[in-house]
Amino acid sequence: MNISAIIFYAISALILGAGILAVTSVKIFRSAIWLLFSLVGIAALYFWMQVEFIAAIQIVVYVGGIVVLIIFSIFLTQHSGKEMPNPPKSKMIFSALASLFGIAFTYNLIYRYDAFAMNSSKPFNTSMNEIGTQMLSTTNYGYILPFELVSMLLLAAMVGCIVIAMRPSTNPISSATITLTGSEILNTKD
Amino acid sequence: MQEITLNQILFVSTTLFFIGMYGLFTRRNLITMLMSIELMLNSVNINFVAFNKYLYPEKLDGLFFTLFIITIAAAEAAVAIAIIINLYRSHNSIDVDDATEMKY
Repeated sequence: MNISAIIFYAISALILGAGILAVTSVKIFRSAIWLLFSLVGIAALYFWMQVEFIAAIQIVVYVGGIVVLIIFSIFLTQHSGKEMPNPPKSKMIFSALASLFGIAFTYNLIYRYDAFAMNSSKPFNTSMNEIGTQMLSTTNYGYILPFELVSMLLLAAMVGCIVIAMRPSTNPISSATITLTGSEILNTKD
Repeated sequence: MQEITLNQILFVSTTLFFIGMYGLFTRRNLITMLMSIELMLNSVNINFVAFNKYLYPEKLDGLFFTLFIITIAAAEAAVAIAIIINLYRSHNSIDVDDATEMKY
């Protein structure tokens, strides 16, 4: 067994163990911390596959952004030390059975295609230079249009979040009168 | 022990996906359900990168899909948490069992 395989199995154990604890932990804050470990393990798996850019993005966006956002919302909405009630036994058993069935089914499919045509002869070049040139090219196979669309989506999500989470003004009439008086002031100035 | 192949990575990502599915089925708290969804999206990302690296190393399309999925997941998490905070304000709870006005 070479060292690369050992590292792969260690990373996989970290990802899956932390993932299982994240979905079964009774305290919600611990669940978030286990999710953090699982995401760090996935970043390590990207490093192991030598796609350093994706690994860096994974750490910056997921570990630095989404998990912090989740922890903030836990603090805003929950008592972090409080234990969540366990789901009913029957539901747990049926969910576990469904998941195990899905795992077995998919493993069976993957196992049958044992020999994926691995053409590892060509080099896998993931330098920043290559990623930027291929992603932002304006030819037929470039991704410049989805890139711009995603920027619009992020803007829309940002504005939407502010609108949804904004506390509605308690007295709509007072704000209307304020705008009215504002326009009156403008009119008097004229 | 032989070299790690694509199959081992697919086993890991499949298991992670169904762990997320189990969490989505059993949890009743909206934040933990969101965490399960994040796990599932991450397993899909692993699949994209692994297929790209081992089957089509001359192109980088899988990496771009991963980047777009990460971006959209970030937007989705932000909107979901805004909705959760708004729900907590009106219901004082973020259990899905307590938000049943639009059921039936």
